[in-house]
Parts: sequence; structure tokens; C-alpha cells
Amino acid sequence: MSSIDQLFAKLRSENRKALMPFITAGDPDVAFTSAVLQELVKRGAHMCEVGIPYSDPIADGPVIQASYTRALEKKIKLCDILTMLGETTPKLAAPAVTMVSYAIVYRHGVEKYCDDVRAAGVAGLIVPDLPVEESPQLLKICSARELSLIQLVTPLTPRERAIRICETSTGFVYYVSVAGITGERTQLPPELAENVAWLRQQTKLPICIGFGVSQPEHVRLLAPAADGLIVGSAIVRRIATAAERPREEVLKEVGDYVETLIKSLP
Amino acid sequence: MSTNIASSAEKRDAAAAVPDKQGRFGSFGGRYVPETLVYALDQLEAEYAKACADPAFKAELEDLLKHFVGRPSPFYHAKRLSEQVGGAQIWLKREDLNHTGAHKINNTIGQALLTLRMGKTRVIAETGAGQHGVATATACAHFGLPCVVYMGEEDIRRQAPNVFSMKLLGAEVRPVTSGSRTLRDAVNEAMRDWMSSVGDTHYILGSVVGPHPFPQIVRDFQSVIGRETIEQSIERIGRLPNMAVACVGGGSNAAGMFYPFVEHKDVELVGVEAGGRSNDPGQHAAPLTYGKPGVLHGSFSYVMQDEDGQTSDVHSMSAGLDYPGVGPEHSYWKDAGRVRYTSCRDDEAMRAFDALAMTEGIMPALESSHAIAKGMELAKGRAKDDVIVVCLSGRGDKDASEIARIKGVKFG
Repeated sequence: MSSIDQLFAKLRSENRKALMPFITAGDPDVAFTSAVLQELVKRGAHMCEVGIPYSDPIADGPVIQASYTRALEKKIKLCDILTMLGETTPKLAAPAVTMVSYAIVYRHGVEKYCDDVRAAGVAGLIVPDLPVEESPQLLKICSARELSLIQLVTPLTPRERAIRICETSTGFVYYVSVAGITGERTQLPPELAENVAWLRQQTKLPICIGFGVSQPEHVRLLAPAADGLIVGSAIVRRIATAAERPREEVLKEVGDYVETLIKSLP
Repeated sequence: MSTNIASSAEKRDAAAAVPDKQGRFGSFGGRYVPETLVYALDQLEAEYAKACADPAFKAELEDLLKHFVGRPSPFYHAKRLSEQVGGAQIWLKREDLNHTGAHKINNTIGQALLTLRMGKTRVIAETGAGQHGVATATACAHFGLPCVVYMGEEDIRRQAPNVFSMKLLGAEVRPVTSGSRTLRDAVNEAMRDWMSSVGDTHYILGSVVGPHPFPQIVRDFQSVIGRETIEQSIERIGRLPNMAVACVGGGSNAAGMFYPFVEHKDVELVGVEAGGRSNDPGQHAAPLTYGKPGVLHGSFSYVMQDEDGQTSDVHSMSAGLDYPGVGPEHSYWKDAGRVRYTSCRDDEAMRAFDALAMTEGIMPALESSHAIAKGMELAKGRAKDDVIVVCLSGRGDKDASEIARIKGVKFG
């Protein structure tokens, strides 16, 4: 049982929901990423998603993309991120997963990537550009290491295919709220809760909703339908100001924001 | 002239029967895309299969290629150039004489027809040099489809005349300000648009790159180049050429030229990448020559990346070759040894441009100049009855101001 399985088993038994912040590793540097992760977990985040900067992130909107560009302009290297994670995860009372392009996993070596993140205390992988057809090899390697490989389902995924994706996903299923890229949205599709409710009947796996989630109102509305919510761009946007503001101030602001969202969970 | 896609598909021998159902050319290709795009790619794949089996689709495409594009394109013996080189005969496949001045229109007309068949009402495209953008804008104007072209801010500056042409043809040109602000970022931005618009929008990808089925579809539409070359060779010289040479950026004109020749094992095939300023990292755009297999833009193929998998900056004086990746079928042909890939530096291509302009009165595109340069090099010293076909993929007018800059000439 991976630490993600344990987390959701516990939350479900207590009838509680998870909030998962996403942050970009190395924006503006790995030291701050480590500080933010610790702050967010202290504030009650149930799990953290760490984005590995990539030069060509086609699923990401302008906010996350710009954070990747900033980190890469400072010559961030995968080995620096892994070192930071290795030092930080023992201090976190919550699992961490990496959101990473398959371009990076493949170049690093698929087995080596899994070995290295496992050694750094990471609980799972989200590989947004590796659809279910291309993922059997990585799934096998992850399973052998008790790493979760979290697959995505979108509003455009045909239902039969969604069931197939749920069968191969481990840890949880990432439900993408909208057909589109990451980024804050004021309004989420009305049929979202209904779609997630259908999916929950098809699988025992926890389902977390991401893309566009940014406001306490979203959290109140969507949390009952799912097992957890993922918030990315709204946090990354706040962290983006860390280059020109006192870091303590940014840390507090991000912490306050995430805490507000957590307090909106049922 | 035949544009018969399905029957040529049936005739493929085992070695040429790629891609497989997963979109694999050997180990290359595939689909490394967000789940949101899988639906659109499945839809495109299914529609393309139906179109290939539909005689009406083939007839309409053939009619447009003949009367709108101006096919078949001429097959021209460059006698004075051959004489100057001293060796084999150099023949040119004149894709520069197509409507819009390059081979790109072969693909955009085909994909615009697919757009209509899928009932989609909007088209997006990426462009580097602007040739694919102009060809897409042209096809969209012809069919009355609204068209948005993503183009890197840096390329907009370098290719102002093409930007203006696209606007005259009714397309909206959206500047891409992210990353390196060139072709690769334009592809990213078009993919992002498509993620949110797949319901009513088709993405007309311009080269044999990207996720399955794009590498196959673009190759098939461009294969008219190689099929005509085979027919014209037999008609004009009574046999197949000894060698075919084409430039390779993403690799669409080369794939179109080579694919029909793959089964003719005695015809040597040579792909020419952009050697840029030198073979130092960042100074060229030659992934098949200097890169390694990896993932970029939804496909597994040779690519220029650093040790972390981040896409490297590349350089070519030719905007159309200034791309860090290459189509997966080229990677397959390279590893299978069927096509030999080599590169040609900026200065060599520039000299070939001058030579063709002065000896034949033909100004080639800077992209095509790379193929001309290699064709001249390979022709030298060969027997006089050997025949080398070079794909002259586009005309050079669009490059006039860039060439003036390179030569240090100022207008006015």
C-alpha cells in the first residue's frame, strides 16, 4: 500500500476530503520550494504535487508555463530537484508526487527516474503526456517500487475509455475539470459534479479534480462529489511574486490562501 | 497523375507498412499527448481511414491538386548546374512552382478537406517560416474556414511578407511570446488552443511530426511528390533515378519524396539537415545527425535535448529548418539504414542558392538550398548518365530580405 493509498483510506474512513496544492520546483529556487512545501503541509495540505519544469509543457496554461520558464532560465537541474525532495519529504506529514513530462522521465531513464524519486521519498507520478496506451511499461516499473502512477480522465474521454483508464491508474484518478489547459477559471462546467459522480460509481479509486479550481466556492461546490481537489495556477501565481518581495510575506500569503481553501472543505 | 492514397497504401511492401495501429514506425512515433487530445486524434484517425476508402474524397483531392495547386509539378533537368558541377545529371522536382510557392499546400488542401468531413468549422495551424501558415490560410480561404495561425514573435519579425500574406488571405496571425518564440513554441501554443477547442476545431499540423496520426497523414498527402517523380523519371529518362535528395526540418517534403521510393531499394535516398554555423551544440538544427531519441511534441523520435530532457535551442539561417525535432518515420528510416541523413551548413546552402540562381535562373528557398548543396556535392565526379533528383521544395522570394541581411546588403 503506497502512502497515497493510506492517505485516502484514512480520509474516507473519516469522511473527509483532500486538498492538494501544486507548486513548481525551483521557482524562484529549490530552497523556497522546500519552504513552501513545509508551510503548506503545516497549514493542512493533505498531499503535494511538485511540478518538474519542462521546456515544452503543452497541457499547461500561461501561469504554470511561465513558472517553468523562470525556473529553467535559472538553469534548474533535475538532480537539484531530487536532492531538495530527498531533504524535504522526511519533514512532510503528507505524501508528495511529481508532475513530470515523459520527455524528462525517458531521458533520465525510466527505471532510474522511478528509483531516484522513490529514494527521494516521493509517493507517485503524474505524467500528463503519457496516455494509457503508452503507459504499461512505466506502470510496471512504478508498481514494483510501490509508486502510484496517477492517470487522467477528461470531459472528452469516452466512458468506456474512462473505465479502462481507472483500471490502470493507481493512487487516485485525476479528473480534469475542463477540456483545456491548466489555469484559474471563475466558472467551472455545470456537468462536472455529475460526470465525477458517474466515474465514482465505476471505480473504487479516489478521484481528485484539478484544472481551474481556485476559489473557496469551487471547493465547497466540488468537494462533496470527489475525494480531493487540486489547486495549481492560483498558488503558482502567488509564488511568482517571490522574486521581488520578502519571501516570508509570500510564504504567509500562500499559506493563508491554502488554509482558506482547506477550511472550505466539508 | 495519380493521387491514389488507398491503392498506394495497399501496394506497400512489408518494410514500408508503417505506422502500425499504435502509430509506431518501428520504435518511433506513438502518441505522447495529454488525455484531452486523444479524443481528437482518434476522431482524425477514423475520419482519415474513411476518407482513404472514399472515391469521392480522392477525386476531389485530385481535382484540387490539378486545378488549384497546379500539379503535377514539373520535373526539370538542371543542365547548366549539372555542367558546372561536373558529374551526374541533376534534376529538380519543382515543388516551388506549386500555388503558394512550396510543397506545403499538398498537405493543407488534404487536411482542409478532412476538416470539412469531420464537420469542424475552425482551423488552427503553426508556422515557422510562414510557408505552412500561408498554405493553410490559402486552403481555408478557398473553403471559407476561419483560420488562426500561431507564429513565434521572432519568426514574425524575420518573415514579415508571409505574415502580411496570411492576413490578406483572411487568417488571424497570433504572435507566440513564450519560450524561444520560434516554430517549436508555435506548435506548443497551437496544441494548447486545440486542447480547449477540439470540439469544433481541426489543427492542420504542417509537417510529418507530432502525435499519431499526423506523421502518417502528412506523409501520405505529400507522397504525391515522390509518386510524380517516379512517373516522370520513367517518362523522361526511362528508369528510376540513382538518388533522391531532400532537405529535412520536420521532414515533410523529404517524407513525401522518399516514401514512394522506399520499396525501390536500388534508389539511394539522402536527407539533408540544417548544419547551421557549426556542429557545436546550439549552432545547428540536425537531430538525426547529432541528437538522440526522445519525446517532443507528442512523438518519440530523434531530438535535440539536454541531459534532463529539456529541448535544446537550435540554429539555422532557414526558419523552416530551425526545429529541434524531426518526424518519427525519418528516425525509423535512419535506424533501418534505408535513408542516409547528413547535414549542410548555412554557408554551403547559401553558395548553392547562388549557383542555382546564376546557372538556372531559379531562386530556391533557403530550406531547399540545403538539398541543392548536397545534391551538387554528391553529383560531383559521378558518371554523366547517373541521375540525382533534388526536391526543390520551395521558392526563394520569401527569403530575399534575409539573404540581403546575410550578404550585408541594405535596401534604400
